[in-house]
Formats: sequence, C-alpha cells, structure tokens
Amino acid sequence: MKQRYKFTWLLIMLLGLFVHSQAQQNQQCLKCHGQVFYQYDNEWTGQVDKRPMNPFYHIDSVKMHTSVHKEFSCTDCHSPDYETFPHSGELRMEEKYACIDCHGGDENFAKYNFEGIEEAFMESVHFKANDEKFNCWMCHDPHGYQLALRSQESIKDVVSLSNQMCLDCHDNKFKYGLISDEMPKDLMETHAWLPNQANHFTKVRCVDCHTQVQSDILVSHKILAKEEALRNCVQCHSTNSVLMESLYSHKVRESREESGFINAAILNEGYMIGANRNVVLNYVSVILFGLLIIGLLIHLILRFTILKKK
Amino acid sequence: MSEKLFLYPTWLRVWHAINAVFFLVLLLTGISMQYSNPNWVLVPFDIAVASHNISGVVILIAYFFYLFFFITTGNKRHYKIEFKGLMGRVITQVRYYVFGVFKKEEAPFPTSWNMKFNPLQQLTYVLVMFVLYPILIATGVALLFPELIIDNFFGIGGTLLTALLHASAGFLTSMFLIIHLYFATMGATFFANFKSIINGYHEVH
Repeated sequence: MKQRYKFTWLLIMLLGLFVHSQAQQNQQCLKCHGQVFYQYDNEWTGQVDKRPMNPFYHIDSVKMHTSVHKEFSCTDCHSPDYETFPHSGELRMEEKYACIDCHGGDENFAKYNFEGIEEAFMESVHFKANDEKFNCWMCHDPHGYQLALRSQESIKDVVSLSNQMCLDCHDNKFKYGLISDEMPKDLMETHAWLPNQANHFTKVRCVDCHTQVQSDILVSHKILAKEEALRNCVQCHSTNSVLMESLYSHKVRESREESGFINAAILNEGYMIGANRNVVLNYVSVILFGLLIIGLLIHLILRFTILKKK
Repeated sequence: MSEKLFLYPTWLRVWHAINAVFFLVLLLTGISMQYSNPNWVLVPFDIAVASHNISGVVILIAYFFYLFFFITTGNKRHYKIEFKGLMGRVITQVRYYVFGVFKKEEAPFPTSWNMKFNPLQQLTYVLVMFVLYPILIATGVALLFPELIIDNFFGIGGTLLTALLHASAGFLTSMFLIIHLYFATMGATFFANFKSIINGYHEVH
C-alpha cells in the first residue's frame, strides 16, 4: 500500500515539475508577447527600450491558459530558435503547422473528423480563392482556441465566439488586407435584407447560413460563395430547421414528446417562429377552431331550414 | 319600413374598416409564419414578416385612435357592464341564440340607441377590446424588439413566453372574428349589419 502511495506522489511531482518548467518557458515568451508594450536591454545604446507589440503577434495570456492547447510549450509548435532575442529575421519564413499536422490520423481526435474538416476546407470559397495563403489560423486562434460548441457554453456565447472569428477579418481592414486588395464590405449593408438583423447576428452563427451542412462534421468548414449562402428564411424557420443539424446539433437531446415542443433544444436559448410549436396547443387550437366552425355551420343550416318552413 | 338608428359614427366606421383589413393581414401572415414550411408556402416568409410588422404598427395606431374617440365620445356607454344579474342576462341571450331564434322569438335585448350590444356581445367586445387587444399589442411590440425581452422568466424563455401569449391571444381574437362575422348575418336581413357598418345606420328588426 505504502509503495502505491509513493508511486502516486512521484507521478504528481513529475507532472508538477513538467507543468512548472513548461509554464516557465512560456513565461519567457509571454514576457513580451503577452504585453501591449515590451521592454528589452538595448546592447548598442545601453538603455532599456520600450516598444509596442505588433498586435498580430500579441498573445492573450489569459485566453491561452484556458485554451485547448494550454499544455503546450511555445516551442512545441514554433522553432526553438525563438528562444534567442532579438529573433532572427529568417524565422518569419517558418512554415506553420496546420490542424491536420497534429490531429490528423489520430484515434484520440477521431470524433472531431479533422480529415473531413480538411476536405471541406479545401472546397471552401476561402481556400479556392486564396489557395495555401489561407490556413487554419486565419480563422482559428491556436493560442486561445476553445471547444465552445461541445462544452456547456450557452448558444449565445457559442454564436458570439464563432462570429467573432469571421468578424476578425470581415470587419477588420488590416487583417482582411492580408489576403485581399479590397476593403471589407459593410456587413450591416450586405445583410440589410435580414429582418431583426441585430437578433440574427447574436442568435445565429455566420456559418449557419454561409456553409453547407455536413452531418459528419460538427461545424461545417465548406464556406460557400456569397451567392450560394442560405437566404430562404423557411429553411431555419420551420419544423425541419437546418439549425437542428448545425448550431443545435450537439444540443438536440430533448424530443418533442418529452417537452411538448417541436425543436425543444432551441427553446433553451430562445424562440424561433416557425421552428418552435407546442404540440398540445396545436391540437387544442385545431379542435376548438373545428368545433366552432361545425357549430356555426349547424346553426346556419338550421336557421335556413327551420325558419324557411315557418 | 323598419326603424333605423345611427349607431356607427364616421370615426368608428373608419377605425372598423382599417382594423378589419389589417387584422386579416395579421391573421394570414401570422398563420403563415407560425406554420411556415418550405413545401407549403401561404405567404413567402420575408413578405409575411414585413407585412405582419407593418400591419401590427397600423393596428396599434388605429387602437389609440379608437381609444381617443372611445373616451371623448358617448360610445363608451355601450361598454359599461352592469354586473348585477349579468350571468342571468347572458344565459337568456345564449338561450335565444340556441333555441329562441329558431322559434322566431323576439330578441331579449334588442338594439337601441342607449345599448347597441346584447349582454353577450357586450361581455365579448369588452374582453376583446380591453383584454385581448392590449395583450396582442403589448406582446407584438415586444416581439418587434425581441432584444428588449428578458432572457428568462422563472425558468421559461422570455421570448417564448411572449410569443406564446401573442399567438394565444391572436388565436382567441381570430375565433372572435369568425363568431363576429357569423352573428353579423343575424341582422334584419342576412346582409343588413354589413350595410350598417358601411353607412352607419342600424336597421332594427
């Protein structure tokens, strides 16, 4: 028994040491990249220089420590040469890993179907228009990535996180300019046709209309050309709402029999006309309406037949 | 020649016509949205939403127009319910509709200058105009600005609750519309009451 305790303690200590050394190593990077301003000893002038961190290279350390990649050292993905400061100019040519490089062909990640994601991404308008220039990190922040949809996050938070990925480029001329010579279009203007625009923007993800639903991937990555985007309201606002296969697919647990509501999963987060119907109220209203019409018809027929005879 | 009473002043007829037209639009578009289906389109969804919103605003303005004249004219006398003996009067009226009308009995509460409604009509009109309509209008305005509705009301989604209330009040008002239309055929002649709401004169029979 004592032997077993000793082994457990040893394991905990080793794990602690590993986390500590990894955190210490990352701390070295975050000392500059986690700050808005960074400082360094200028050996040429002998002074301490203070410089603004390039926003594209700034890392949100809080987000990083809560992300799915929090256990990694910076140099697990980046060249160890970054440990030297000032960084060599050649390092900017460093090829970045894509998601599939680590997650592809791994049974532990099979449920995410990274291969399917890769395939869908290759068919997306982003990849088709930009080829290799467009990579995973254009949308996903590897330093702060969270599994929002699979967690217990509210749909509103999931939508906000997801849409922020799109807005990071489509509402930011600097980031948009990395792959396009044009200015990003005014999203309010291009979506002016959408009724209750603000509500749609906060309750539905951009990808819910701008991708083709894929049953084997939780979030479809086949971003469609704008002409192909979903514009038929009834595809969401009906009992066979496509949102049940996309945004709500992971939350579809309650059946209509249990709650009395069609598409009950949506009710947890809001209400969507056409997609939510109360089965009991439906029947009650049809029965009441039917009885009323039958009653009035009988009254009308009797009025004409009895009164005519008199 | 039957007696004619001027019971429906111009303002009332104008309000009634506006209310009737836009209520029908609301009813049609409301049903279309509630039961929307890609394979069965009553009114295209986007057109239904826009028409429903516009008609709702028109009905709201018309309701305030009605309230203004209701308060400032003598029309309110028809809506003052005499609670004493109300149940008995309502039963008498129901009995007349179910049996009396077929025996060619005299109406127990004939239309007069002082009271254009029978007790059953009075009760339903008060319920529709001062209970169902305010519920419909308040919930309708809230649904126009859903971001202002509270997210959760004792564990139930605020928007869901508002929408359920709106649809239920809408359903009951639609039931009233059917009954209202049917009983309108029971005037001096089949179409007499329809003519009355156009020219303002009620034909007493």
